Amino acid sequence: MTVAVVQFGGSNCDRDTVQALRHLGVDAHLVWHEDGLPADTAGVVLPGGFSYGDYLRAGAMAAQSPIMDEVRAAADEGTPVLGICNGAQIGCESSLTPGAFTTNESARFQCERVHVRVENADTPWTRAYEEGEVLELPIAHGDGRYEIADDRLELLEDEDRVLFRYCDAEGTVTDDANPNGSKHNVAGVTGDQSHVAVLMPHPERVTLPDLGITDGQGVLRGFLA
Amino acid sequence: MTAYTATVTVRLKRGVLDPEAETTQRALERLGFELSDLRSADVFEVDLDADDADGAAARAEEMAERLLANPTIHDYDVAVEEA
Repeated sequence: MTVAVVQFGGSNCDRDTVQALRHLGVDAHLVWHEDGLPADTAGVVLPGGFSYGDYLRAGAMAAQSPIMDEVRAAADEGTPVLGICNGAQIGCESSLTPGAFTTNESARFQCERVHVRVENADTPWTRAYEEGEVLELPIAHGDGRYEIADDRLELLEDEDRVLFRYCDAEGTVTDDANPNGSKHNVAGVTGDQSHVAVLMPHPERVTLPDLGITDGQGVLRGFLA
Repeated sequence: MTAYTATVTVRLKRGVLDPEAETTQRALERLGFELSDLRSADVFEVDLDADDADGAAARAEEMAERLLANPTIHDYDVAVEEA
């Protein structure tokens, strides 16, 4: 199981992600986007950062990199793909996942710890948790507000494709606990199939025990078959 | 082939929150201006050669569909004139 952590110009959570995955026993490597996916790729992370300076829209430029055709093809064949923060924006911009992540309701960059509730524990990224479990995860983004047409969101909810919702410490989904104005407090969603997923919070920043809480480990354990 | 300039205007769909526009509106009000609403939009001016205006517009629309706009949150329009 070799997980490719794809580096774009301006990625900056790439090395953290490799370190967090290796801590969990996942064989992870940095892959420069121009080099393409290695033949033995068995998983892909689109990491956080500010690829291409967020020009045009966050993730829009990286979504045009030829490696994304390879990532889409790999995803279609069942390879797990996880987009984190800027990687989530890239995932939506490249149609791996539905919707869009756009300007926070506050119009500010927000770097803080939030609570999220596990909405569907039947995915590779959440099977380490119980449905309804509350996790504490960090966010660090200016463009994390999840936007999607109401009817499409309803469809996603019917299909149980919402992974996490922002909530308070008790697990109640409220407007006050919504850090960025995301529709229905959505913090992460899956693609057409559950092995493809994106989320705005950073599980790799709460995986190493030295950093305190380790609530993010379960997400990255999705790469452990 | 004729030289054209295609102007692609990309706007947020009606109903999609625009926090930057709201912040800008508040700043204008702080400066003492009276206004009832403010919307922001991105404008791209694309110089290109095409057989006719329709061809130039079609290419600019494809640019909008595939990159300049995000159909999830944006509407766009294209205007073409000879450069």
